[in-house]
Amino acid sequence: MPQVTLTVNGKTHTVEVEGRTLLVELLREKLRLTGTHVGCDTSQCGACVVHIDGNSVKSCTTLAVMADGASVTTIEGLAAADGTLHPMQEAFREYHALQCGFCTPGMVMSAVDLVAKNPQGLSEQEIREGLEGNLCRCTGYHNIVKAIAAAQDVMHGKRTSIAAAAE
Amino acid sequence: MNVVTPFEGIGASVRRKEDVRFLSGRGQYTDDINRPGQAHAWILRSQHAHARIQGIDTAAAAAMPGVVAIYTSADLAAIGGLPCGWQIHNKDGSPMAEPKHPVLAEGKVRHVGDPIAVVIAETRAQARDAAEAIIVDFEVLPAVSQTTAALAADAPRVHDDVAGNLCYDWHIGDKGAVDAAFAAAAHRVVFETTNQRLVPNAMEPRCAVGDYDTTTGEHTLFTTSQNPHVIRLLMGAFVLQIPEAKLRVVAPDVGGGFGSKIYHYAEEAIVTWAAAKLGRAVKWTADRTEAFMSDAHGRDHVTRAELALDKEGTFLGLRVLTHANMGAYLSTFAPCVPTYLYATLLAGVYSTPAIYAEVKAVFTHTVPVDAYRGAGRPEATYLLERLVDVAAKQCGFDRVKLRRRNFIATDAFPYQTPVALQYDSGDYFSTLDQALKTADWAGFEARRAEARMRGKLRGIGISTYLEACGIAPSAVVGSLGARAGLYEVGVIRVHPTGSVTVLTGAHSHGQGHETTFAQLVADKLGVPIANVDIVHGDTAKVPFGMGTYGSRSLAVGGSAMDKAMDKIIAKAKRIAAHLMEASVEDVEFERGTFRVAGTDKTKTLTDVSLAAYVPHNYPIDEIEPGLEETAFYDPKNFTYPGGCHIAEVEIEMETGRVSMVNFTAVDDVGRVINPMIVEGQVQGGVAQGIGQALLEACVYDQDGQLMSGSMMDYTMPRADDLAPVSVATHTTLCTHNPLGVKGCGEVGAIGSPPAVINAVVDALRDYGVEHIEMPATAPKIWSIIHGKSV
Ligand code: FES
Ligand code: FES
Repeated sequence: MPQVTLTVNGKTHTVEVEGRTLLVELLREKLRLTGTHVGCDTSQCGACVVHIDGNSVKSCTTLAVMADGASVTTIEGLAAADGTLHPMQEAFREYHALQCGFCTPGMVMSAVDLVAKNPQGLSEQEIREGLEGNLCRCTGYHNIVKAIAAAQDVMHGKRTSIAAAAE
Repeated sequence: MNVVTPFEGIGASVRRKEDVRFLSGRGQYTDDINRPGQAHAWILRSQHAHARIQGIDTAAAAAMPGVVAIYTSADLAAIGGLPCGWQIHNKDGSPMAEPKHPVLAEGKVRHVGDPIAVVIAETRAQARDAAEAIIVDFEVLPAVSQTTAALAADAPRVHDDVAGNLCYDWHIGDKGAVDAAFAAAAHRVVFETTNQRLVPNAMEPRCAVGDYDTTTGEHTLFTTSQNPHVIRLLMGAFVLQIPEAKLRVVAPDVGGGFGSKIYHYAEEAIVTWAAAKLGRAVKWTADRTEAFMSDAHGRDHVTRAELALDKEGTFLGLRVLTHANMGAYLSTFAPCVPTYLYATLLAGVYSTPAIYAEVKAVFTHTVPVDAYRGAGRPEATYLLERLVDVAAKQCGFDRVKLRRRNFIATDAFPYQTPVALQYDSGDYFSTLDQALKTADWAGFEARRAEARMRGKLRGIGISTYLEACGIAPSAVVGSLGARAGLYEVGVIRVHPTGSVTVLTGAHSHGQGHETTFAQLVADKLGVPIANVDIVHGDTAKVPFGMGTYGSRSLAVGGSAMDKAMDKIIAKAKRIAAHLMEASVEDVEFERGTFRVAGTDKTKTLTDVSLAAYVPHNYPIDEIEPGLEETAFYDPKNFTYPGGCHIAEVEIEMETGRVSMVNFTAVDDVGRVINPMIVEGQVQGGVAQGIGQALLEACVYDQDGQLMSGSMMDYTMPRADDLAPVSVATHTTLCTHNPLGVKGCGEVGAIGSPPAVINAVVDALRDYGVEHIEMPATAPKIWSIIHGKSV
């Protein structure tokens, strides 16, 4: 069986996998990082999004072996070590951008990458288009869009905190 | 000490207690649970809509790596079929047809996805590989998938013993009165429509983990359920014959339900049974493709309706004939959806004096259909609100004035409808006025003209609706065929130092109960929500409760908690009276503080709880120690949320694509506990309603093949399909529950589809269209605009 060595949330792991093992299976089943979810089998929903070397990727459509040597960040690794939430997490809470929470890890990871890649700032419509790869059945997206808009101001240093953005 | 600042009680938009867990990947969904020694199940499902199983050869599969066991129906001979929880009676009083719903197919498969065999292996991949190696010898039979076709004399039979595929032929209302109304009418308007089949598609696929303790003989089922006690009752008593005391059902964090996780499914019984048989835990997790062919679907009605009006537009009578598709088997609550959750709602917000509805439920070779967000009420609302628009157009009435003319007067409550329900409260005029103002209805023509300059067709549509939720008085539903009571339980456990644990039979799968319910406690007992823990979803912890569906958690579950808190206060007052050496009649209680009336003598709830658990100075002969109370609350009536939704759309002429540009919802959901959560519930419901109106359809071909069996084929609403939704509430209190609450979980999905279609039809008014069926997809609209089919 192939061996994969990868860094997940700052910790290095060497794991034996089948050739067909998906990255999401490695994360959930071998490393027991169950924050990353599986919501579909056709790469439509984005519940499985993680960052590989700083890029958002659908871990259900990535073979574990493809992540060999990579640095992976999952939702469990987004907050600061002391538990301080990332501005995107904070914004999702402040704007009630989650209900059942199942799409949330993927949604947050996608949103963080979307904002990081667009330092010029995104309009509401651009945020909606940027979420094309993520499905949420609960919220109707409106509050997710608002949360991302608020988080980008904090992530780009235009405001100091989500609470300030919420004023 | 328990001091609540800032205010966290009823009416505060408190941020949710559950969010940090979900936002940091620490939710515990069923698939996140792994038991020691766990094996994995994969279910072999039928690819045919209808076939006789001539034989199943499992020899090659059994020899594959990692395979632990393979079971077919022959192995399950001792276990029962999946029960149906609601029995409808035919017009002639005879009971509905109720064919057996086997856990694994017995001799025949009846829909694509019908489970045939289960493979249990060391890993999920091994189980799946082995399932592919099972050889099933099928004799493929003709199938029927469409609702009305199933009743044809020569239609293939789904069940040999159900003639004409007719499950039941039911009616409600006064036929004679309706016939008389039509005879006297100045206008008669006919409207025919299909309310298309939908797939609920909660983002979390279903999952079930069975475990068995060989020492104690205890079974545990972890499952993605909205109502674990109901599953324990149905599975324990009817399928596996396990006494309640030996069966624990846990529904941990659940990733959305929308109805689809109410029902008792075969996989739950399979993993529970197999775990005991093998003496090791067994996990099954659906993939999305399986979800499409095994989760209960929603809607699927074909209806003809006729409305009689007098010269001025007053509604005189309504006649409805609906064919409802049950699918191949009766899912847990399927029979009540097109009857008591649909036909009883056909008065809507109107004072139509005579209504008669007939409902024929049919079996087809499709996935079972059951309640999906709104359940019957969206179908009734869609029918009425399209019918009113069609009537306005045909008879030359203004669509808003026609509605207003026929509204039930605000002083007419309680209002008895001709179809069984008695509405307790409502104010349809105010929600209408507020919505017209917010949506700037009066200014619409200018926006239409402006859009036209940009080459777009703009339309506006309205829906004034009502629904019934908070299901429901046990005696009433019992007389209508429910095989269960529909009360809820609440336990309030005040701990020695004054923190509170609440046990509730309601289940949260996105609704935010851990916050809202804590707010009820903060409001009444004055305990900060940080010190209130809500426990739900575990039959080993919570007394028997009925779970969450039909927007009942707050109206029924919240009322149970309120009642339990009343008991807590009554007892605590007696203890406080003792501590303050006063008479109990003189003790007042408000938000955490007991006071001897007219004095400055006070005790806190914490003083009292401590005394209750450390009863040194305590009237032990008169009052038992401890401070914990249980209440079961059985509702006195349904609750009746209602309101007005207005949709504004633009159609791109070259493509026919509809864009939502504005959506206004003004809903009366009764007293609002957490406005932020209510707004979120309405937003989410509206998104599903817009999904139904514009995008979603579960399609079977004539032969019963599922054509929309994945998220590549079934269009789920995405962020850029939707527009901001303006949500407001206008409250009239529910008169019969202690909180005055009505429920907000389904209003969005109920009120919105007709508003959107009314807007689309309005946008196309120059093209002579009277109606466009849901979903109003670009190709359909393009064909209308360009006068040719695609
Ligand atoms: S699980 Fe749906 S896209 Fe990955
Ligand atoms: S919060 Fe439930 S799917 Fe998005």
